[in-house]
Amino acid sequence: MTSIILLSVFGIINLFLGFLRSNKLLLPLVMLALLVVFGVNLLDWNQGSPLFYNMLVVDNYLVAFTGIVVLTALVLIPFSRSYVKTGEPNLAEYYSLLLFSLVGAIMMIGYDHLIMLFVGIEILSISMYVLAGSDKRNVRSNEAALKYFLMGAFATGILLFGMALLYGATGTFHVSAIGTAVAEPANASLLPMLHIGILLMIIGLGFKVSAAPFHFWTPDVYEGTPTFFTAFMSTVVKTAGFAAFLKLLAQALPAAQGFWMPTIVAMCALTLLLGNIGAASQTSAKRMLAYSSVSHAGYLLIGLVGTNGQLFGSPAASGIFFYSLSYSIATVLSFGVLKLVGDQRGREDYAGLNGLAKQNPLLAFALTVSMLSLAGIPLTGGFFGKFFIFAAAVEHGAIGLVVFAVVMSMVSIYYYLKPVIAMYLQPADETSAPIEVDGVQRLTLIVLALLTIALGTIAPMFMSGLL
Amino acid sequence: MLTAVLLFLPLAAALLLHFTKGGTARALALGASLVEFALAAYAAVQYKLQGAAGFDLNYAWIPSFGINFHVGMDGLSLLLVLLTTFLVPIILLTAFKHDYHNPSAFYALVLFMQTGLIGVFTSLDAFLFYFFWEVALIPIYFLAGVWGQSERRIQVTFKFFLYTIVGSLFMLAGFVYLYLQTGPATGSLALHSSELSAFYNLKLSAAEQSWLFWLIFAAFAVKMPIFPFHTWQPDTYTESPTPATMLLSGIMLKMGVYGAMRWLLPVVPLGVSQWGKVVMILAVIGILYGAIIAIRQRDVKRLIAYSSLSHVGLMAAGLFSLTQIGLQGTVVQMLAHGVNVVGMFFIADALERRTGTRLIADLGGLTRRTPVLTVCFLVMLLSTVALPLTGGFVGEFLLLAGVYQYNAWLGAVAALTIIFSAVYLLRMFQRVMLGPDSAHSETITDLTGGELLIMVPLIALVFWLGLFPNSFLHISEPAIQQLLTLAGR
Repeated sequence: MTSIILLSVFGIINLFLGFLRSNKLLLPLVMLALLVVFGVNLLDWNQGSPLFYNMLVVDNYLVAFTGIVVLTALVLIPFSRSYVKTGEPNLAEYYSLLLFSLVGAIMMIGYDHLIMLFVGIEILSISMYVLAGSDKRNVRSNEAALKYFLMGAFATGILLFGMALLYGATGTFHVSAIGTAVAEPANASLLPMLHIGILLMIIGLGFKVSAAPFHFWTPDVYEGTPTFFTAFMSTVVKTAGFAAFLKLLAQALPAAQGFWMPTIVAMCALTLLLGNIGAASQTSAKRMLAYSSVSHAGYLLIGLVGTNGQLFGSPAASGIFFYSLSYSIATVLSFGVLKLVGDQRGREDYAGLNGLAKQNPLLAFALTVSMLSLAGIPLTGGFFGKFFIFAAAVEHGAIGLVVFAVVMSMVSIYYYLKPVIAMYLQPADETSAPIEVDGVQRLTLIVLALLTIALGTIAPMFMSGLL
Repeated sequence: MLTAVLLFLPLAAALLLHFTKGGTARALALGASLVEFALAAYAAVQYKLQGAAGFDLNYAWIPSFGINFHVGMDGLSLLLVLLTTFLVPIILLTAFKHDYHNPSAFYALVLFMQTGLIGVFTSLDAFLFYFFWEVALIPIYFLAGVWGQSERRIQVTFKFFLYTIVGSLFMLAGFVYLYLQTGPATGSLALHSSELSAFYNLKLSAAEQSWLFWLIFAAFAVKMPIFPFHTWQPDTYTESPTPATMLLSGIMLKMGVYGAMRWLLPVVPLGVSQWGKVVMILAVIGILYGAIIAIRQRDVKRLIAYSSLSHVGLMAAGLFSLTQIGLQGTVVQMLAHGVNVVGMFFIADALERRTGTRLIADLGGLTRRTPVLTVCFLVMLLSTVALPLTGGFVGEFLLLAGVYQYNAWLGAVAALTIIFSAVYLLRMFQRVMLGPDSAHSETITDLTGGELLIMVPLIALVFWLGLFPNSFLHISEPAIQQLLTLAGR
């Protein structure tokens, strides 16, 4: 609650800071603001309360996932340094939009009323549409913004239609009330309406988290969007989207599990297949990460398969939390390195990474850690993320799906190793100079890499059953 | 407690190495590995005095899944820890002979690898075992890839990485299945356990064990490697820098053999008795295949790689004979092979550093100026051929006896390994060291004092293993006995 207010206030203040002549103050101020929000958010742990006539619920679920999105934004900000350097005139607006979009993300996580979910998605998405096109003079960025906006608007419409049908079938917008209404339907003839509503909502949310077959926009949008905002998109939007998805399925629709489960399973298998096969055939590191983010949507969908109709005390929620956390950290790490390399070497393909290990050992190490984590290799958070999610699904008897996911993660090792090979085994171009990394970025990279390793070694000790 | 120190001391040293350079880095790396060896030796003394009880260490790691950080050592683990800690200083000393770029990172990776290896040999929890199993792969990938010399290293290390990781994911799948069988069918995962002892106590049907066998065996078969999972091995051994090759052949190969002993035979005994024969035949094919290809090799390092393939086949055959003598032979041969192969690669490396080539055709007539090197080479070579008095003889003799007990025909075919290895190794020795003079005959220099210092402990161990194998057999006997009981023999 406090975090929503604070973020909004900071966002507005930031807009006014845009009147300052210099951009230099902005970056530290935004980081400070996010740090404050992160701390304030943690104070709500175990202090749960419903708000605004039960429209929003502040509980540990909200605190945990808000923690991930705010932390992601916080560690991402240092990589916007190049905007400060080049004197980007609209930087204050960008930061404000980021802060506002976090408000949307928190509403998506904490909704109890479907209208809140809708408003949250819109706040988050509209900021993202603008930011996708922030590189105004670049055709690809414009294309990305337009594509994202058109597809996003359709998806939102579908989602809204789904909500309306769900309301029609159950007579309520409140998640918990929908749960009881679905379990004991007052009027059996409304069942088709309910089912269509569920399906449309799954499609709408599937689009937001870029799950196949609604993922086609992802590679183009991710590639066209400036790297800094791509990182934001593939972490915060995904985390919030899955938090919302899980809440919907586990709290509102557990009784209709027999209906939506096959849909989710099919989506999941398709997402894993298309994401991993797509990523394997890329030559651009950024595009590979775009497809990889599709494939990670697939792994997170496995977490949805593992849901047992409860939000708390279920291995699925803890698994999705842990996975989102380690995925977000690893993704920020990889996009951060990629942005630094892209800005200073002017290319985003694998060959642009050649010989990085000799010139910038820290960057190479950080990117390696993040690749290993995304591939799910032990010692990194990604391994336990996958493990927890798979365990939750296996407990539900989805053994076939998990076997398929394991096979797909074997495929993923192939493409995650490519940047590592480029950095460590290929010689550097003679013309390329070492990449400049400032102190804060250096610190952020080290902290994130250590965090990833901590998540893969000691963190499961106390975080595996958090929710 | 000692186990934890053994585990984390190399890791701590590896981390410290990042802040050191040049001579300090060497001193730190070597010092840490020697302290580690001293600790392992102390552990052996402890074991003699008080048994294995003091080595056990058990903490909750992921309580909501019933997964523990459980390490400990019985006689079998202890011997492999001793072998690891004995070989790592030698591998580091070999690395010192080379002028690698960024040397402290090289040493750090070797020590990091040591933590992974000791973790594999001491884990008593399936997830911890898998964890260390993969952790050991990461440093060796970089060692082989970054410091390898040839152009082909990129494909070669890539293949190696993919092969091993795919194999281990199968193993993980098998472990997860076993893990899910340990607790009640419904209810919290916290009631399940991935403890080794919990796996031993499972009552699995023969049908389950039949496919579980292949899932778990996949990882070990790739790591050893067993024919036909071996295709990564000769290339990786040849293209890697020598210290990495030593790690791969001297110690990492034993991960596979050890894994099969501890995590396969007693866990799925019915699967083993169903498929053991197939593995035996594959192993014997590997023995012959490796040996025949070794005869045709022109590169010394590659020849040793194929010879290693042939010898590991015999180890696997002895292992699956499921006889006490066969398993004890495997243990001795693991030690002897570790020492032999590291010694052989060291000599090959010494020759390459002096002459700049590994091709047999370019060498010849080297003995005159290198009496010490020749003697050292010959000792290592004869131990590999399994001449009596050497460790190789004891190992291979016991192994063959085990295979013979299992099936006389297989034993007879497997025994060909001794003849074959005599053929290809002595032929190589004759053409490299003796034979007509080559361009290097006059210029080559003998082993230096430092190099001799590396060879002396290896040679000493060869004879110790050959003359007093009982001092090692005693340590492993109770553990082997227990494994065989669990495997239903």
